[in-house]
Amino acid sequence: MEELSEMKTPGETLVEIKNLNKKFDDTSVLKDISLDIHQGEVVVLLGPSGCGKSTLLRCINGLEKIQGGEIILEGEKLNEQTKRMHLIRQKIGMVFQSYDLFPHMTVLENIILGPRKAEKRAKKEVVKEAEELLQRVGLLDKKNAYPRQLSGGQKQRVAIVRALCMHPKIMLFDEVTAALDPEMVREVLDVMLKLAKDGMTMVIVTHEMQFAKAVADRIIFLDNGIIVEESDPQTFFTNPSTDRAKQFLNLFEFDAI
Amino acid sequence: MQDMGIEVLFQGRNFVRLLEGLWVTVRISVFSVIVSTLLGIILGMIMTMKNPLLRIITRCYLEFVRIMPQLVLLFLVYFGLTKMFRINLSGEISAIIVFVIWGTAEMGDLVRGALTSIPVHQYESGKALGLTTVQNYCYVIIPQTIRRLLPQAINLVTRMIKTTSLIVLIGVVEVVKVGQQIIEASRLTSPSAAVWVYGVIFFLYFIVCYPISILSKRLEVKWRN
Repeated sequence: MEELSEMKTPGETLVEIKNLNKKFDDTSVLKDISLDIHQGEVVVLLGPSGCGKSTLLRCINGLEKIQGGEIILEGEKLNEQTKRMHLIRQKIGMVFQSYDLFPHMTVLENIILGPRKAEKRAKKEVVKEAEELLQRVGLLDKKNAYPRQLSGGQKQRVAIVRALCMHPKIMLFDEVTAALDPEMVREVLDVMLKLAKDGMTMVIVTHEMQFAKAVADRIIFLDNGIIVEESDPQTFFTNPSTDRAKQFLNLFEFDAI
Repeated sequence: MQDMGIEVLFQGRNFVRLLEGLWVTVRISVFSVIVSTLLGIILGMIMTMKNPLLRIITRCYLEFVRIMPQLVLLFLVYFGLTKMFRINLSGEISAIIVFVIWGTAEMGDLVRGALTSIPVHQYESGKALGLTTVQNYCYVIIPQTIRRLLPQAINLVTRMIKTTSLIVLIGVVEVVKVGQQIIEASRLTSPSAAVWVYGVIFFLYFIVCYPISILSKRLEVKWRN
């Protein structure tokens, strides 16, 4: 725990978010958000439901139209609806809350679709890599299974592998364990911890506080579309500086009757 | 000896004539099904668009065709066009036009239903993998749409084949009409021929429609595993 929560020396900036504004119709969901994400950093977004954390994640992948500001990935602006958007997205891996595997394809087909079609890589090489990655998450024996034959936790591990096989520069995780049974949560979080250790740049939205504490280099606490607090996990969880964050963290504590 | 009526089937060219009638039925059906499937897919995609004007137009078209009995549509096209615009179409062409208009509307609605039943996150995960819109449709959305569409589409196809029996009424000589002619011609010599002729017609429709439902069952099973 100790060594993980130590602040890493920040690498160069990978994603720059400047004055991001996002509205759904007339409701502002993200108000003037500015945030830099560095190479190799694990950023965890926390906050109450509806605070805009998932929306922020979706904006980074260009899944939401934004109304102001800009998002820059490795020097390339991505808020324009450019024809290159699918190329930019290839550098960004994303795993969603709902199991998003393609139900008509086997596990292996799910994983190699992106590398084969979007990146046009050779089949043999992609299959080999997919199998190695599956081995790492302990699912090699499931490579010819269909998604509906897998448990929720297995599906999410496959979804992570599918994103990884594209060699993303950054991985986005949108409440990936929220729909899972408690016993399944652990196996998915373990895979994410391993990734973090290997130095993957990650932005994680989660409600698992213990996990956030363990994995994060930096906690961003959002409420009502603004960044309320930003600090290292140690400080955030033991000594949050804002009342709003204290209030939020208290939700996870229970008093004895 | 009691007349069985069955020999009517083997008199002269009677059986061959029934098969020729069946060919007319099949020809009209196959052509209409192919064209309405293609147009229906396009219509279904248009119907999922958010443009309100397109929505109203496609909705009106669909409701109009659905409410109208196919027979009325046939009369409208066959007799109506001639009366109103002096366009003289053959019965077969009129039938194809009506079946394409009807089939496209029904197929369009099925395609719309199938497309909208694909969850949004399927579109999004395709996008998130860096697929282009075209790739996303080709590899992710359309294969799933077809799988959802298949049972109802097959149902529609068999309905279309069976409904072609209505075109007797605009003078197209298809399998049912040929049957009637045979029955009429032998009414005095073998009065019970009707049972045999209609029995054969039943069997002919069956051998056209049954392989289609077998095929659809096969595909459903194959796609489930």
